[in-house]
Amino acid sequence: MSKATHNFFISSISDNNFEQCLKCSICTVYCPVSAVEPLFPGPKQAGPDGERYRLKNPRFTDDSLKLCLNCKRCEVACPHDVRIGDIIQRARLQNSKHKPGIRARLLASTDLVGKIATRLTPAFNTILSLKTTKEYKHRMLGIDRHFAFPTYARVTFEKWFEKNAAKKQSGFSQQVAYFHGCHVNYNDTAPGIAFVNVMNKLGFGVTLINDEKCCGNPFMANGMPQKALKLAFHNLNQLRLTSQQVPIVLTTSSTCTFTIRDEYNFVLGLDNHDVRDKISLATRFIYKKIEDGELILPPVKPDFKLRIAYHSACHMEKLGWSFYSSSLLRMIPGVQLIMLDSLCCGMAGTYGFKTENYRRSLKIGEPLFQAIREAEADVVVTDCEMCKQQIEAATGARVLHPIEVLAMALDD
Amino acid sequence: MSNPRNNNSFHVIVIGGGITGTGVARDCALRGLKVLLIERYDITHGATGRNHGLMHSGARYAVSDPANAAECMAENLILRRIARHCVEETDGLFISLPGDDLNYQHRFADACVGAGINAEIISTREAIALEPAVNPNLIGAVRVPDAAIDPFRLTLANVLDAEAHGATILTHHAVTRILTSGSATVGVVATDENGNRAEFHAPVIVNAAGIWGQHIAQLAGVTLNMFPARGALLIFGHRVNNMVINRCRKPSNGDILVPDDIVCVLGTTSDRVPLTEIDNTHVTNHEVDLLLSEGVKLVPRLASTRILRAYAGIRPLVAADSAATGRDISRGIVCIDHALRDGLEGFITITGGKMMTYRLMAQQATDLVCKKLGSKARCTTADTPLPGSEPGPETNEEDELLQPVSFAHRAAEGRHGSRIDMIHDERPEQRALVCECEHVSTAEVDYAISQLRASSLARLRRRTRLGMGTCQGKMCACRAAAMMAQRDGKPEQHIADLNTFLSERWKGIRPVAWGATLSEAQLSALTYQALCGTNLISSPTPSTLPQNEV
Repeated sequence: MSKATHNFFISSISDNNFEQCLKCSICTVYCPVSAVEPLFPGPKQAGPDGERYRLKNPRFTDDSLKLCLNCKRCEVACPHDVRIGDIIQRARLQNSKHKPGIRARLLASTDLVGKIATRLTPAFNTILSLKTTKEYKHRMLGIDRHFAFPTYARVTFEKWFEKNAAKKQSGFSQQVAYFHGCHVNYNDTAPGIAFVNVMNKLGFGVTLINDEKCCGNPFMANGMPQKALKLAFHNLNQLRLTSQQVPIVLTTSSTCTFTIRDEYNFVLGLDNHDVRDKISLATRFIYKKIEDGELILPPVKPDFKLRIAYHSACHMEKLGWSFYSSSLLRMIPGVQLIMLDSLCCGMAGTYGFKTENYRRSLKIGEPLFQAIREAEADVVVTDCEMCKQQIEAATGARVLHPIEVLAMALDD
Repeated sequence: MSNPRNNNSFHVIVIGGGITGTGVARDCALRGLKVLLIERYDITHGATGRNHGLMHSGARYAVSDPANAAECMAENLILRRIARHCVEETDGLFISLPGDDLNYQHRFADACVGAGINAEIISTREAIALEPAVNPNLIGAVRVPDAAIDPFRLTLANVLDAEAHGATILTHHAVTRILTSGSATVGVVATDENGNRAEFHAPVIVNAAGIWGQHIAQLAGVTLNMFPARGALLIFGHRVNNMVINRCRKPSNGDILVPDDIVCVLGTTSDRVPLTEIDNTHVTNHEVDLLLSEGVKLVPRLASTRILRAYAGIRPLVAADSAATGRDISRGIVCIDHALRDGLEGFITITGGKMMTYRLMAQQATDLVCKKLGSKARCTTADTPLPGSEPGPETNEEDELLQPVSFAHRAAEGRHGSRIDMIHDERPEQRALVCECEHVSTAEVDYAISQLRASSLARLRRRTRLGMGTCQGKMCACRAAAMMAQRDGKPEQHIADLNTFLSERWKGIRPVAWGATLSEAQLSALTYQALCGTNLISSPTPSTLPQNEV
């Protein structure tokens, strides 16, 4: 019989975590895919129940695992702390039969595509928006034609920082490091710029991570564990080096944060314990500083008024950190905050781009979109860049990052 | 050989629905005999359903009983051919741990080779690479052609083939009298659970009742001294090993761990029990402690692996001396022609042996039956595949990608082999799961009810694995009972059966009820009692219900 189950991943299964499952099925109730897709067996079936059979024979790994969004809402719901999402993610990576195709490589290579695209903007953005390009992507690559691909920035965040901000950072007595993530660098630099402005106003200088690379999450989601592992090794090393000088590493992307903190260890099996607790979302860092009395929120523009609908991204839910972002927003005078029910938007990174997932992705997000329409807010705020993409496309609402709201509110 | 006169007349009556009895029934039926098999409860109720599921290479007996070991190896090769769908070719290791005598290892390896068993001493590093679950402190390892075999599937396949060749299988009937005429047996009286009696006649009776064979012999007026050696085993929630792991020493407690389907089974103990205790299969705390303390030496991870249940069976050993535990008694086949031994014509006892050698036991018994009946038919069981193991097209992975099959379909294929074609799961509702832990679909339950006569939950469990998984019947028992009630229109009977089934599950859980196992049992109890109110339903009344569990 095949011994394919014994590869490098098996080491992370040794704690038999899945046997704590009591088959209560609460995870399935909270699964956004199960709610709309009868072909998905649900987290309990695909996770702990399927795992027993996969331990016998990897032949029991089927394509239905690909329907999982990796939102981890099953893990949040589980009363026994079973790492259901990790089990599914790992099974998918371990036993994937298909070689990743062009689409998977294209969607996963955020760094490479970003580097090329930002050099070619705005031509690249125009090409992306052409009907023929969308048709080509739809038919040849399986990237849905309905989807507005993220546009690319003319100037990357790193270049902007180099030109506009780097020099003055040494003037601050306190320093934080910033892991900006690919989306801030190549697609939407606004949260990154807002972050630097806010931190400076709060009295912190910002250092970038030397040679930061993609966190690896898109490679995990698109069946390329070896690439993800390489990136994870690299980033862990760079983070270790940076944190020797600047022990606080802040982020604005919830998914990058969650990947480095949890997935590096639970899915890729890397030891990240020395780095894990040094990494925090900026909103959490600021909120805690204010809460501990170490920081006072600077004055806000007197006429600042904003009705905000806050959306808890799945990985924020998994981190348990929606509280920090929403509470920080509540501290801003003039903000009226509506907490939306915690629901998945259906995008899940690159999941919703794919032709076979596009409709399901919108169906998953529909209850959230409905809630957003009913909230009648000025803006939707979320910590996740891909939720932003999906919500904007599906509802037409303006979506901001909490740090952008803070930057807008603070008095010059 | 004359043809039996009527419906109650047969060429041969086989007593006992274990692997031996069903094997005899199949062999007799294949040789053209009119066969009746009588079983007190359900097939596999006794030792057949209460062992390791280990397909010995014979290595375990190579030192103490080389003839028996050679027999095991020969049968091992035959079963790989004729019972393909019941066998998983895992191979096995005999590991030596610190303190074990490495001289024994060499004696063992030599004895294996002497018995025709392909045993190979390998390095400890190689052993760990082959089977990462072994104790990393091992000091020696021998690789042997052990395998895993599913006793339920194997027995069922024998029943199906016997029936296909005209045999009658009568379950839930106890033999209460053996009819004699002069110095020959001529038939039996069988009594069902409601006390209804029926007489059956045959010139030859085969006693294949295992440990209960002593009682059957008594009914025939002859003596047979059995040696009831009880063995307890533990089932773990999932596989930790993919090869059979044995301890390379003189056979002792808790020194074999077998990967059986999606669980693994640790065993056994061996204790002589009085004949009055052979129906008691409760496992004691002492037995659990003994097994666990030895098991973690083989595979340290067992210490933190969830245990699903404990069970015990009684080995049908034939008393030879006053040995204390039964470890020293030969596992050789005992086939007694009572005409020669006791002057009682028409009565044969087939016992001893191993599940591994059941086919040979059946062959020897059937040869004797044929001799008595004057039939010259030859045994073909060594070459005739069992139903489910017929040669078919190998599953092609490329085809699977084109035509994806459901998870449950794959699981069912593992259980029913080539008979998967009889399970119709084309429609989504037929693929809906009844048992989620073991991936048993409504289609498979339908098949078991209509084709395998699964008329109670226990019978369904033995035929499909329903209720054998992690939750031990929390979700599936209720659903399956409802399906059965819908089909036969007897809801009261199935509600009572549900209670019986859950009590039986609890019996196996109780000796290991700690940690997640206990939490699971509590959640089950709440589900059934607080939610479904099963505790408000009166207990089953023995006269109307299938009492297929002791």
